Amino acid sequence: MGHISLKQVTKNFGSTEVIKPLDLEINEGEFVVFVGPSGCGKSTLLRLIAGLEDISSGVIEIDGVDATHTPPAKRRLAMVFQSYALYPHMTVRKNIAFPLKMAGMEKAEADKRIENAAKILNLTDYLERRPGQLSGGQRQRVAIGRAIVREPAAFLFDEPLSNLDAALRVNMRLEISELHNSLATTMIYVTHDQVEAMTMADKIVVLSAGRIEQVGSPLDLYRSPKNLFVAGFIGSPKMNFIEGPHAQKFGAATVGVRPEHITLSTTEGEWSGKVNVSEHLGSDTFLHVEVPGIGTITARADGEFGVHHGDTVYLTPAPDKLHRFDAQGQSI
Amino acid sequence: MARAVSTRRQVAVSIFAWLVGLAIFFPILWTVLTSFKTEAEAIASPPSFLLFDWTLDNYAEVQERSDYFRHFMNSVVISLGSTLLGLLIAIPAAWSMAFVPAKRTKDVLMWMLSTKMLPPVGVLIPIYLIFRDTGLLDTQIGLVIVLTLINLPIIVWMLFTYFREIPGEILEASRMDGAELRSEIIYVLVPMAVPGIASTLLLNIILAWNEAFWTLNLTAAKAAPLTAFIASYSSPEGLFYAKLSAASTMAIAPILILGWFSQKQLVRGLTFGAVK
Repeated sequence: MGHISLKQVTKNFGSTEVIKPLDLEINEGEFVVFVGPSGCGKSTLLRLIAGLEDISSGVIEIDGVDATHTPPAKRRLAMVFQSYALYPHMTVRKNIAFPLKMAGMEKAEADKRIENAAKILNLTDYLERRPGQLSGGQRQRVAIGRAIVREPAAFLFDEPLSNLDAALRVNMRLEISELHNSLATTMIYVTHDQVEAMTMADKIVVLSAGRIEQVGSPLDLYRSPKNLFVAGFIGSPKMNFIEGPHAQKFGAATVGVRPEHITLSTTEGEWSGKVNVSEHLGSDTFLHVEVPGIGTITARADGEFGVHHGDTVYLTPAPDKLHRFDAQGQSI
Repeated sequence: MARAVSTRRQVAVSIFAWLVGLAIFFPILWTVLTSFKTEAEAIASPPSFLLFDWTLDNYAEVQERSDYFRHFMNSVVISLGSTLLGLLIAIPAAWSMAFVPAKRTKDVLMWMLSTKMLPPVGVLIPIYLIFRDTGLLDTQIGLVIVLTLINLPIIVWMLFTYFREIPGEILEASRMDGAELRSEIIYVLVPMAVPGIASTLLLNIILAWNEAFWTLNLTAAKAAPLTAFIASYSSPEGLFYAKLSAASTMAIAPILILGWFSQKQLVRGLTFGAVK
């Protein structure tokens, strides 16, 4: 249960093509992350799968059944919204019970499921409160509880962590991953944060301007990005791009090298430049080095690498980790 | 930062506010006072304010001459009935305009409001003829229908303003949770909009209660509400101010009491969306 396939799906808002014809297979039990910059159509794509928006053309199948015109209530999908979208007039218990009530489930069975969900999500003490009396993280848990009780074919998450503070975000990220491991239900997760995408996904779908740029496992995308967009989007800090004669030397219009694939030295190397900014994170140091004829290169060094603004350093890219792109930005 | 206001200015503003308030309230007060006077005192010149022989005769006579309770019940049925029927139609209408607006939604709203700008007398003859031919003249159901139609634009507009403040994602969440349209409206939208629906309900009961044009023109005896009850005291053989006042007082008392107890709701309803 939970196999979703999109066939030549498009979406237009008026004359604007928000989703260009796309095909996508989401396998049972997979954790799929849609990632891309804002306005790339990732949330729209999720809403099309949910049925909250009608598709303009194409077919959506859920478990082999054409669900293109099935209303959201009948798709057996559960969704967690960015704003949590809890029912403010109901207690936590009633919020979680709502989908079961809609399904006409017996009270005894419903109560059992609610207690169980509350236990998993640490909400047992809050069942009689209203959403207004909860913190952001607790509200997010209620939203997840409301999704898990009905044992849906798949979960849809629409940027569920973006309203939480940084520390809570890391916690919830782990909790959602654990939930996926224990439930083994298909999850589709939308985010603009590539760290969330890399850490949680079995499969990442990178979107840009309504088009799928690449689909693959996090490491696939990291190791062999298909084009400049994916190369620049996946990985933090961003991949360095070098154009012009330095790139032509490698037989490419653009050469990309990740900050972690550059060896730094204070005595010798392929390129030399002056340190512009050095960011000390403790475990790592990120150096932004101004290299004449190339531009600014970001390089990762050891946390103890002691250089300062204005110092000269030498950079050597690892030759087997170079990414080469043609004039169209496609990987060679 | 709060603006500093001198005490003198505060006193002046308070006095002015009281004067305006009294000016608005005075006709009602005068009606109530007149209802306790004899007919002779009611037209005496100069009028006496409080120092007159207080009497309840007018009330006794009014109750004797015409059946207050029957008119009262007609008013209750007509105002409650038309408001409830109106809400039943307006809630889905406002839902669709607020949450699934189309290109012409704004125009439809304006068009609905524009019907309130038409003088009712302009459609009196056709409606009268329709009522006559369908046997709706002087029936409660006839008045419920006509008052529903008259007040529907206002009900839709008020609810629309309220619904727009409700985040659409919550309704979408209910759809994802398996709620069909009916459940979505009953279990999610309506409970969240209770304050708005309550003030719409109250305002429309008041509007319907006080509506005089249609209730006077389309009723005779059976379905006549309190407006007709009052009007019957301005008779061709001369005005009886004291009795007219007694009838008016009896007619407005119930709605005044309702309004008094629901002030908070009403004010919220009338100023909703003004700030924020």
